[in-house]
Amino acid sequence: MQSKPMALTILDVLSIIGIGVATYFALVYAPTEAVMGNVQRVFYFHVGTAWVGLVGFVVAAVSGIVYLVTKDMRWDRFEVAAVEVSTMFFFITIVLGSIWARPAWNTWWTWDPRLTTAAVTELIYIAYFMLRAGIEEPEKRARFGAVYALLGGLSAPITFMVIRLFRTIHPVVVGTASAEAQGGFDMSGDMLTSMFVSLGAFTILFVSLMWHRIRLGGLEEKVEELKLKVSM
Amino acid sequence: MKEPTPSFFKAVFAIAHKDLAAEFRSRELLSAMLVFSMLVILIFNFALELDVKVRQSVTAGVLWTTFAFAGTLGLNRSMAVEKDRGCMDGLLLAPVDRSAIFFGKAISNLAFMLVVEAIVIPLYAMLYNETRIFQWEFLGVLLLGSIGYISVGTLLSAMSVQTRTRDVLLPILLFPVAVPVLLASVKASGGIVAGLPFEEILAPLNLLIVYDVIFLATSFMIFDYVVEE
Repeated sequence: MQSKPMALTILDVLSIIGIGVATYFALVYAPTEAVMGNVQRVFYFHVGTAWVGLVGFVVAAVSGIVYLVTKDMRWDRFEVAAVEVSTMFFFITIVLGSIWARPAWNTWWTWDPRLTTAAVTELIYIAYFMLRAGIEEPEKRARFGAVYALLGGLSAPITFMVIRLFRTIHPVVVGTASAEAQGGFDMSGDMLTSMFVSLGAFTILFVSLMWHRIRLGGLEEKVEELKLKVSM
Repeated sequence: MKEPTPSFFKAVFAIAHKDLAAEFRSRELLSAMLVFSMLVILIFNFALELDVKVRQSVTAGVLWTTFAFAGTLGLNRSMAVEKDRGCMDGLLLAPVDRSAIFFGKAISNLAFMLVVEAIVIPLYAMLYNETRIFQWEFLGVLLLGSIGYISVGTLLSAMSVQTRTRDVLLPILLFPVAVPVLLASVKASGGIVAGLPFEEILAPLNLLIVYDVIFLATSFMIFDYVVEE
Protein backbone atom coordinates (compact mmCIF):
# COMPACT_ATOMS: atom_id res chain seq x y z
CA MET A 1 0.00 0.00 0.00
CA GLN A 2 1.41 3.34 -1.00
CA SER A 3 1.60 6.05 1.64
CA LYS A 4 -1.11 8.66 1.92
CA PRO A 5 -1.04 10.89 -1.15
CA MET A 6 -0.25 14.57 -0.74
CA ALA A 7 -3.48 15.64 -2.40
CA LEU A 8 -5.51 13.72 0.16
CA THR A 9 -3.70 15.40 3.04
CA ILE A 10 -4.45 18.77 1.48
CA LEU A 11 -8.10 17.75 1.07
CA ASP A 12 -8.26 16.71 4.74
CA VAL A 13 -6.93 20.06 5.87
CA LEU A 14 -9.23 21.89 3.47
CA SER A 15 -12.30 20.03 4.70
CA ILE A 16 -11.50 20.81 8.34
CA ILE A 17 -11.08 24.49 7.48
CA GLY A 18 -14.16 24.36 5.24
CA ILE A 19 -16.43 22.95 7.95
CA GLY A 20 -15.07 25.57 10.37
CA VAL A 21 -15.83 28.37 7.95
CA ALA A 22 -19.27 26.94 7.17
CA THR A 23 -20.02 26.77 10.89
CA TYR A 24 -19.05 30.42 11.22
CA PHE A 25 -21.24 31.38 8.27
CA ALA A 26 -24.19 29.40 9.57
CA LEU A 27 -24.01 30.52 13.19
CA VAL A 28 -22.65 34.09 12.97
CA TYR A 29 -22.60 35.51 9.47
CA ALA A 30 -26.09 34.54 8.31
CA PRO A 31 -28.88 36.81 9.54
CA THR A 32 -31.43 35.42 11.97
CA GLU A 33 -34.60 34.37 10.18
CA ALA A 34 -37.54 36.61 11.10
CA VAL A 35 -40.22 34.04 11.92
CA MET A 36 -38.38 30.92 13.03
CA GLY A 37 -35.45 32.57 14.73
CA ASN A 38 -32.15 30.88 15.42
CA VAL A 39 -33.37 27.34 14.83
CA GLN A 40 -33.47 28.10 11.12
CA ARG A 41 -29.65 28.13 11.18
CA VAL A 42 -29.75 24.34 11.11
CA PHE A 43 -30.89 24.77 7.53
CA TYR A 44 -27.37 25.41 6.19
CA PHE A 45 -26.00 22.08 7.35
CA HIS A 46 -29.28 20.36 6.54
CA VAL A 47 -28.98 21.37 2.88
CA GLY A 48 -25.23 20.72 2.83
CA THR A 49 -25.51 17.14 4.06
CA ALA A 50 -28.58 16.44 1.93
CA TRP A 51 -26.70 17.62 -1.15
CA VAL A 52 -23.71 15.33 -0.68
CA GLY A 53 -26.03 12.51 0.36
CA LEU A 54 -27.91 12.73 -2.92
CA VAL A 55 -24.76 13.17 -5.00
CA GLY A 56 -23.34 10.04 -3.40
CA PHE A 57 -26.36 7.96 -4.33
CA VAL A 58 -26.21 9.10 -7.93
CA VAL A 59 -22.47 8.37 -7.97
CA ALA A 60 -23.18 4.90 -6.54
CA ALA A 61 -25.80 4.05 -9.16
CA VAL A 62 -23.55 5.24 -11.99
CA SER A 63 -20.48 3.39 -10.71
CA GLY A 64 -22.71 0.32 -10.32
CA ILE A 65 -23.46 0.48 -14.04
CA VAL A 66 -19.80 1.05 -14.88
CA TYR A 67 -18.84 -1.94 -12.73
CA LEU A 68 -21.35 -4.22 -14.47
CA VAL A 69 -19.91 -3.19 -17.84
CA THR A 70 -16.19 -3.22 -17.02
CA LYS A 71 -16.07 -5.80 -14.14
CA ASP A 72 -13.27 -3.76 -12.63
CA MET A 73 -13.15 -4.12 -8.82
CA ARG A 74 -12.03 -0.51 -8.43
CA TRP A 75 -15.52 0.62 -9.39
CA ASP A 76 -17.00 -1.61 -6.74
CA ARG A 77 -14.83 0.06 -4.11
CA PHE A 78 -15.90 3.41 -5.49
CA GLU A 79 -19.56 2.41 -5.21
CA VAL A 80 -19.29 1.08 -1.66
CA ALA A 81 -17.47 4.23 -0.60
CA ALA A 82 -20.17 6.43 -2.12
CA VAL A 83 -23.04 4.49 -0.53
CA GLU A 84 -21.40 4.28 2.86
CA VAL A 85 -20.49 7.95 3.15
CA SER A 86 -23.83 9.05 1.71
CA THR A 87 -25.86 6.86 4.02
CA MET A 88 -24.18 8.55 6.96
CA PHE A 89 -24.67 12.05 5.56
CA PHE A 90 -28.27 11.29 4.70
CA PHE A 91 -28.89 10.10 8.22
CA ILE A 92 -27.45 13.38 9.52
CA THR A 93 -29.76 15.23 7.13
CA ILE A 94 -32.78 13.45 8.52
CA VAL A 95 -31.76 14.13 12.11
CA LEU A 96 -31.06 17.81 11.42
CA GLY A 97 -34.34 18.10 9.53
CA SER A 98 -36.14 16.58 12.49
CA ILE A 99 -34.56 19.13 14.82
CA TRP A 100 -35.74 21.89 12.52
CA ALA A 101 -39.20 20.39 12.01
CA ARG A 102 -40.00 20.24 15.72
CA PRO A 103 -40.26 24.04 16.15
CA ALA A 104 -41.22 24.85 12.54
CA TRP A 105 -43.95 22.24 11.99
CA ASN A 106 -44.52 21.35 15.61
CA THR A 107 -43.67 17.72 14.96
CA TRP A 108 -40.50 15.62 14.71
CA TRP A 109 -41.71 13.78 11.69
CA THR A 110 -44.38 13.99 9.02
CA TRP A 111 -45.06 11.76 6.01
CA ASP A 112 -44.23 14.37 3.46
CA PRO A 113 -42.77 13.36 0.04
CA ARG A 114 -39.23 14.48 0.82
CA LEU A 115 -39.22 13.00 4.29
CA THR A 116 -40.75 9.74 3.14
CA THR A 117 -38.42 9.49 0.17
CA ALA A 118 -35.46 10.19 2.45
CA ALA A 119 -36.59 7.44 4.83
CA VAL A 120 -37.18 4.93 2.02
CA THR A 121 -33.84 5.79 0.40
CA GLU A 122 -32.08 5.30 3.71
CA LEU A 123 -33.80 1.91 4.06
CA ILE A 124 -32.74 0.93 0.53
CA TYR A 125 -29.11 1.57 1.40
CA ILE A 126 -29.34 -0.24 4.70
CA ALA A 127 -30.73 -3.17 2.71
CA TYR A 128 -27.77 -2.71 0.37
CA PHE A 129 -25.36 -3.37 3.21
CA MET A 130 -27.37 -6.35 4.44
CA LEU A 131 -27.26 -7.80 0.95
CA ARG A 132 -23.51 -7.37 0.73
CA ALA A 133 -23.01 -8.83 4.19
CA GLY A 134 -24.77 -12.02 3.10
CA ILE A 135 -22.39 -12.85 0.26
CA GLU A 136 -18.88 -14.19 0.68
CA GLU A 137 -17.45 -14.19 -2.83
CA PRO A 138 -16.10 -10.71 -3.54
CA GLU A 139 -16.99 -10.85 -7.23
CA LYS A 140 -20.60 -11.86 -6.61
CA ARG A 141 -20.89 -9.33 -3.80
CA ALA A 142 -19.78 -6.60 -6.17
CA ARG A 143 -22.16 -7.73 -8.89
CA PHE A 144 -25.22 -7.90 -6.62
CA GLY A 145 -24.30 -4.64 -4.95
CA ALA A 146 -24.11 -2.92 -8.32
CA VAL A 147 -27.49 -4.29 -9.38
CA TYR A 148 -29.14 -3.20 -6.16
CA ALA A 149 -27.54 0.26 -6.19
CA LEU A 150 -28.91 0.69 -9.69
CA LEU A 151 -32.43 -0.45 -8.71
CA GLY A 152 -32.39 1.83 -5.67
CA GLY A 153 -31.27 4.79 -7.73
CA LEU A 154 -34.10 4.15 -10.19
CA SER A 155 -36.87 3.70 -7.67
CA ALA A 156 -36.10 6.66 -5.39
CA PRO A 157 -37.24 9.38 -7.85
CA ILE A 158 -40.44 7.46 -8.62
CA THR A 159 -41.10 7.11 -4.89
CA PHE A 160 -40.82 10.88 -4.64
CA MET A 161 -43.25 11.44 -7.49
CA VAL A 162 -45.77 8.96 -6.09
CA ILE A 163 -45.79 10.40 -2.59
CA ARG A 164 -46.18 13.90 -4.00
CA LEU A 165 -49.67 12.72 -4.97
CA PHE A 166 -50.45 12.31 -1.31
CA ARG A 167 -49.42 15.60 0.36
CA THR A 168 -46.60 18.06 1.08
CA ILE A 169 -45.61 20.75 3.55
CA HIS A 170 -41.85 20.73 2.98
CA PRO A 171 -40.47 24.03 1.65
CA VAL A 172 -38.86 24.03 -1.78
CA VAL A 173 -35.42 25.65 -1.67
CA VAL A 174 -34.90 26.20 -5.36
CA GLY A 175 -38.05 27.38 -7.15
CA THR A 176 -41.00 29.59 -6.46
CA ALA A 177 -43.14 27.77 -3.92
CA SER A 178 -40.61 28.53 -1.18
CA ALA A 179 -42.40 31.04 0.98
CA GLU A 180 -45.82 29.49 0.58
CA ALA A 181 -45.02 26.18 2.19
CA GLN A 182 -45.20 26.02 5.95
CA GLY A 183 -41.78 26.69 7.43
CA GLY A 184 -40.56 28.17 4.17
CA PHE A 185 -38.85 31.52 3.97
CA ASP A 186 -37.39 33.95 1.44
CA MET A 187 -33.63 33.85 1.46
CA SER A 188 -31.66 37.06 1.71
CA GLY A 189 -28.31 37.44 -0.05
CA ASP A 190 -26.31 36.64 3.09
CA MET A 191 -28.36 33.51 3.66
CA LEU A 192 -27.70 32.39 0.11
CA THR A 193 -23.97 32.99 0.56
CA SER A 194 -23.97 30.93 3.76
CA MET A 195 -25.83 28.15 2.02
CA PHE A 196 -23.31 27.98 -0.81
CA VAL A 197 -20.39 28.08 1.64
CA SER A 198 -21.93 25.12 3.43
CA LEU A 199 -22.54 23.27 0.14
CA GLY A 200 -18.91 23.82 -0.84
CA ALA A 201 -17.56 22.74 2.54
CA PHE A 202 -19.59 19.55 2.59
CA THR A 203 -18.62 18.72 -0.97
CA ILE A 204 -14.92 18.92 -0.04
CA LEU A 205 -15.53 16.84 3.08
CA PHE A 206 -17.45 14.30 1.05
CA VAL A 207 -14.69 13.90 -1.54
CA SER A 208 -12.10 13.54 1.17
CA LEU A 209 -14.11 10.95 3.11
CA MET A 210 -14.83 9.01 -0.05
CA TRP A 211 -11.17 8.94 -0.94
CA HIS A 212 -10.33 7.59 2.50
CA ARG A 213 -13.01 4.93 2.15
CA ILE A 214 -11.75 3.87 -1.27
CA ARG A 215 -8.24 3.47 0.14
CA LEU A 216 -9.68 1.49 3.01
CA GLY A 217 -11.47 -0.73 0.48
CA GLY A 218 -8.15 -1.41 -1.19
CA LEU A 219 -6.62 -2.36 2.13
CA GLU A 220 -9.53 -4.66 2.93
CA GLU A 221 -8.99 -6.47 -0.31
CA LYS A 222 -5.32 -6.88 0.45
CA VAL A 223 -6.07 -8.31 3.90
CA GLU A 224 -8.49 -10.78 2.37
CA GLU A 225 -5.85 -11.88 -0.12
CA LEU A 226 -3.25 -12.30 2.64
CA LYS A 227 -5.66 -14.32 4.76
CA LEU A 228 -6.29 -16.60 1.81
CA LYS A 229 -2.56 -17.02 1.31
CA VAL A 230 -2.01 -17.92 4.97
CA SER A 231 -4.82 -20.47 5.04
CA MET A 232 -3.51 -22.26 1.95
CA MET B 1 -32.11 -30.82 -39.36
CA LYS B 2 -33.88 -29.42 -36.37
CA GLU B 3 -33.13 -25.96 -35.13
CA PRO B 4 -30.54 -26.26 -32.31
CA THR B 5 -31.70 -23.27 -30.26
CA PRO B 6 -35.39 -22.99 -29.49
CA SER B 7 -37.11 -19.69 -30.07
CA PHE B 8 -37.21 -17.16 -27.27
CA PHE B 9 -40.95 -17.36 -26.73
CA LYS B 10 -40.92 -21.13 -26.74
CA ALA B 11 -38.29 -21.06 -23.99
CA VAL B 12 -40.25 -18.55 -21.93
CA PHE B 13 -43.37 -20.63 -22.34
CA ALA B 14 -41.56 -23.85 -21.42
CA ILE B 15 -40.23 -22.41 -18.17
CA ALA B 16 -43.56 -20.92 -17.16
CA HIS B 17 -45.33 -24.14 -18.12
CA LYS B 18 -42.93 -26.22 -16.02
CA ASP B 19 -43.60 -24.05 -12.95
CA LEU B 20 -47.33 -24.06 -13.43
CA ALA B 21 -47.47 -27.80 -14.04
CA ALA B 22 -45.40 -28.52 -10.93
CA GLU B 23 -47.59 -26.23 -8.90
CA PHE B 24 -50.76 -27.68 -10.33
CA ARG B 25 -49.66 -31.13 -9.16
CA SER B 26 -48.46 -30.23 -5.67
CA ARG B 27 -50.48 -27.08 -4.92
CA GLU B 28 -47.99 -26.37 -2.13
CA LEU B 29 -47.31 -22.77 -2.95
CA LEU B 30 -50.78 -21.60 -3.85
CA SER B 31 -52.39 -23.14 -0.79
CA ALA B 32 -49.75 -21.55 1.44
CA MET B 33 -50.21 -18.15 -0.18
CA LEU B 34 -53.98 -18.40 0.10
CA VAL B 35 -54.08 -19.44 3.74
CA PHE B 36 -51.54 -16.76 4.53
CA SER B 37 -53.66 -14.12 2.78
CA MET B 38 -56.71 -15.19 4.74
CA LEU B 39 -54.78 -14.90 7.97
CA VAL B 40 -53.51 -11.43 7.12
CA ILE B 41 -57.04 -10.24 6.37
CA LEU B 42 -58.27 -11.82 9.58
CA ILE B 43 -55.63 -9.96 11.55
CA PHE B 44 -56.41 -6.71 9.78
CA ASN B 45 -60.07 -7.22 10.56
CA PHE B 46 -59.41 -7.01 14.28
CA ALA B 47 -56.37 -4.75 14.23
CA LEU B 48 -58.16 -2.06 12.26
CA GLU B 49 -61.74 -2.85 13.35
CA LEU B 50 -62.93 -3.00 9.76
CA ASP B 51 -66.41 -1.58 10.24
CA VAL B 52 -68.32 0.07 7.42
CA LYS B 53 -66.82 3.51 7.89
CA VAL B 54 -63.19 2.41 8.18
CA ARG B 55 -63.54 0.00 5.27
CA GLN B 56 -64.34 2.84 2.93
CA SER B 57 -60.85 4.24 3.26
CA VAL B 58 -58.66 1.23 3.96
CA THR B 59 -59.94 -1.49 1.62
CA ALA B 60 -57.27 -0.79 -0.99
CA GLY B 61 -54.53 -0.65 1.62
CA VAL B 62 -55.56 -3.89 3.31
CA LEU B 63 -55.77 -5.75 0.01
CA TRP B 64 -52.42 -4.48 -1.28
CA THR B 65 -50.62 -5.23 1.96
CA THR B 66 -52.02 -8.74 1.86
CA PHE B 67 -50.95 -9.29 -1.74
CA ALA B 68 -47.49 -7.85 -1.10
CA PHE B 69 -46.93 -10.21 1.84
CA ALA B 70 -48.33 -13.23 0.04
CA GLY B 71 -46.27 -12.23 -3.00
CA THR B 72 -42.95 -12.42 -1.14
CA LEU B 73 -43.93 -15.87 0.06
CA GLY B 74 -44.46 -17.01 -3.52
CA LEU B 75 -41.35 -15.29 -4.89
CA ASN B 76 -39.13 -16.82 -2.24
CA ARG B 77 -40.46 -20.30 -2.79
CA SER B 78 -40.37 -20.22 -6.56
CA MET B 79 -36.67 -19.31 -6.62
CA ALA B 80 -35.75 -21.55 -3.70
CA VAL B 81 -36.96 -24.68 -5.54
CA GLU B 82 -34.72 -23.77 -8.46
CA LYS B 83 -31.74 -23.34 -6.20
CA ASP B 84 -32.26 -26.34 -3.95
CA ARG B 85 -31.51 -29.24 -6.24
CA GLY B 86 -29.39 -27.39 -8.75
CA CYS B 87 -32.29 -26.80 -11.13
CA MET B 88 -31.02 -23.30 -11.73
CA ASP B 89 -27.73 -24.65 -13.08
CA GLY B 90 -29.69 -26.80 -15.47
CA LEU B 91 -31.71 -23.86 -16.64
CA LEU B 92 -28.57 -21.80 -17.10
CA LEU B 93 -27.00 -24.55 -19.19
CA ALA B 94 -29.93 -24.51 -21.60
CA PRO B 95 -28.98 -22.87 -24.88
CA VAL B 96 -31.46 -20.02 -24.56
CA ASP B 97 -31.13 -16.37 -23.79
CA ARG B 98 -30.93 -15.83 -20.03
CA SER B 99 -33.70 -13.26 -20.12
CA ALA B 100 -36.02 -16.07 -21.24
CA ILE B 101 -35.49 -17.57 -17.78
CA PHE B 102 -36.41 -14.25 -16.23
CA PHE B 103 -39.61 -13.90 -18.24
CA GLY B 104 -40.57 -17.52 -17.65
CA LYS B 105 -40.16 -17.18 -13.90
CA ALA B 106 -41.87 -13.80 -13.90
CA ILE B 107 -44.87 -15.16 -15.79
CA SER B 108 -45.33 -18.10 -13.44
CA ASN B 109 -44.89 -15.84 -10.40
CA LEU B 110 -47.43 -13.42 -11.83
CA ALA B 111 -49.81 -16.28 -12.46
CA PHE B 112 -49.58 -17.41 -8.82
CA MET B 113 -50.16 -13.91 -7.58
CA LEU B 114 -53.13 -13.40 -9.89
CA VAL B 115 -54.69 -16.69 -8.80
CA VAL B 116 -54.40 -15.63 -5.17
CA GLU B 117 -55.92 -12.25 -6.02
CA ALA B 118 -58.72 -13.92 -7.98
CA ILE B 119 -59.69 -15.91 -4.90
CA VAL B 120 -59.05 -13.30 -2.21
CA ILE B 121 -60.92 -10.45 -3.94
CA PRO B 122 -64.30 -12.23 -4.21
CA LEU B 123 -63.86 -13.53 -0.70
CA TYR B 124 -63.16 -10.05 0.62
CA ALA B 125 -66.18 -8.76 -1.29
CA MET B 126 -68.32 -11.46 0.27
CA LEU B 127 -67.02 -10.99 3.81
CA TYR B 128 -67.42 -7.24 3.80
CA ASN B 129 -70.21 -6.78 1.28
CA GLU B 130 -67.86 -4.65 -0.79
CA THR B 131 -68.97 -4.90 -4.43
CA ARG B 132 -67.18 -1.78 -5.60
CA ILE B 133 -63.98 -3.74 -6.06
CA PHE B 134 -65.53 -5.56 -9.03
CA GLN B 135 -64.82 -2.77 -11.48
CA TRP B 136 -62.72 -3.07 -14.60
CA GLU B 137 -60.57 -0.16 -13.48
CA PHE B 138 -59.89 -1.80 -10.12
CA LEU B 139 -58.93 -5.08 -11.74
CA GLY B 140 -56.74 -3.22 -14.24
CA VAL B 141 -54.85 -1.49 -11.43
CA LEU B 142 -54.50 -4.85 -9.72
CA LEU B 143 -52.91 -6.30 -12.86
CA LEU B 144 -50.56 -3.34 -13.41
CA GLY B 145 -49.48 -3.31 -9.77
CA SER B 146 -48.86 -7.04 -9.76
CA ILE B 147 -46.74 -6.80 -12.92
CA GLY B 148 -44.52 -4.12 -11.40
CA TYR B 149 -44.21 -5.93 -8.09
CA ILE B 150 -43.42 -9.28 -9.70
CA SER B 151 -40.93 -7.91 -12.22
CA VAL B 152 -38.67 -6.39 -9.59
CA GLY B 153 -39.48 -9.20 -7.15
CA THR B 154 -38.39 -11.94 -9.54
CA LEU B 155 -35.05 -10.21 -10.07
CA LEU B 156 -34.46 -9.65 -6.37
CA SER B 157 -35.52 -13.15 -5.36
CA ALA B 158 -32.98 -14.54 -7.83
CA MET B 159 -30.42 -12.51 -5.91
CA SER B 160 -31.60 -13.23 -2.39
CA VAL B 161 -31.62 -17.04 -2.78
CA GLN B 162 -27.91 -16.87 -3.50
CA THR B 163 -27.08 -15.13 -0.23
CA ARG B 164 -26.45 -16.58 3.19
CA THR B 165 -29.61 -15.12 4.77
CA ARG B 166 -31.87 -16.20 1.85
CA ASP B 167 -35.60 -15.90 2.62
CA VAL B 168 -35.11 -13.32 5.33
CA LEU B 169 -33.46 -10.95 2.93
CA LEU B 170 -36.09 -10.81 0.17
CA PRO B 171 -38.68 -8.57 1.86
CA ILE B 172 -35.92 -6.28 3.12
CA LEU B 173 -34.58 -5.88 -0.40
CA LEU B 174 -37.93 -5.82 -2.15
CA PHE B 175 -40.17 -3.58 -0.07
CA PRO B 176 -38.16 -0.33 -0.20
CA VAL B 177 -37.66 -0.69 -3.95
CA ALA B 178 -41.31 -1.63 -4.48
CA VAL B 179 -42.66 1.27 -2.42
CA PRO B 180 -43.63 3.28 -5.52
CA VAL B 181 -45.63 0.47 -7.07
CA LEU B 182 -47.45 -0.34 -3.82
CA LEU B 183 -48.26 3.29 -3.01
CA ALA B 184 -49.39 4.12 -6.54
CA SER B 185 -51.59 1.01 -6.58
CA VAL B 186 -53.12 1.84 -3.22
CA LYS B 187 -53.75 5.41 -4.33
CA ALA B 188 -55.31 4.38 -7.64
CA SER B 189 -57.44 1.51 -6.35
CA GLY B 190 -58.44 3.50 -3.29
CA GLY B 191 -59.68 6.24 -5.58
CA ILE B 192 -61.70 3.74 -7.58
CA VAL B 193 -63.33 2.28 -4.48
CA ALA B 194 -64.15 5.78 -3.27
CA GLY B 195 -65.84 6.44 -6.60
CA LEU B 196 -63.59 9.29 -7.74
CA PRO B 197 -63.79 10.33 -11.42
CA PHE B 198 -61.26 8.66 -13.72
CA GLU B 199 -59.19 11.85 -14.19
CA GLU B 200 -58.32 11.84 -10.49
CA ILE B 201 -56.76 8.40 -10.55
CA LEU B 202 -54.91 9.10 -13.78
CA ALA B 203 -51.80 10.45 -12.03
CA PRO B 204 -51.06 7.34 -9.91
CA LEU B 205 -52.06 5.17 -12.86
CA ASN B 206 -49.51 6.88 -15.10
CA LEU B 207 -46.77 6.46 -12.49
CA LEU B 208 -47.73 2.80 -12.17
CA ILE B 209 -47.29 2.32 -15.90
CA VAL B 210 -43.99 4.23 -15.86
CA TYR B 211 -42.73 2.03 -13.02
CA ASP B 212 -43.81 -1.15 -14.80
CA VAL B 213 -42.05 -0.18 -18.01
CA ILE B 214 -38.83 0.97 -16.32
CA PHE B 215 -38.51 -2.02 -14.04
CA LEU B 216 -39.50 -4.64 -16.59
CA ALA B 217 -36.90 -3.23 -18.96
CA THR B 218 -34.20 -2.94 -16.28
CA SER B 219 -34.82 -6.39 -14.85
CA PHE B 220 -34.76 -7.83 -18.35
CA MET B 221 -31.41 -6.18 -19.02
CA ILE B 222 -29.65 -6.98 -15.76
CA PHE B 223 -31.00 -10.45 -15.01
CA ASP B 224 -27.91 -11.80 -16.79
CA TYR B 225 -25.66 -10.32 -14.14
CA VAL B 226 -27.69 -11.83 -11.32
CA VAL B 227 -27.53 -15.46 -12.43
CA GLU B 228 -24.10 -15.70 -14.04
CA GLU B 229 -21.70 -18.02 -12.26
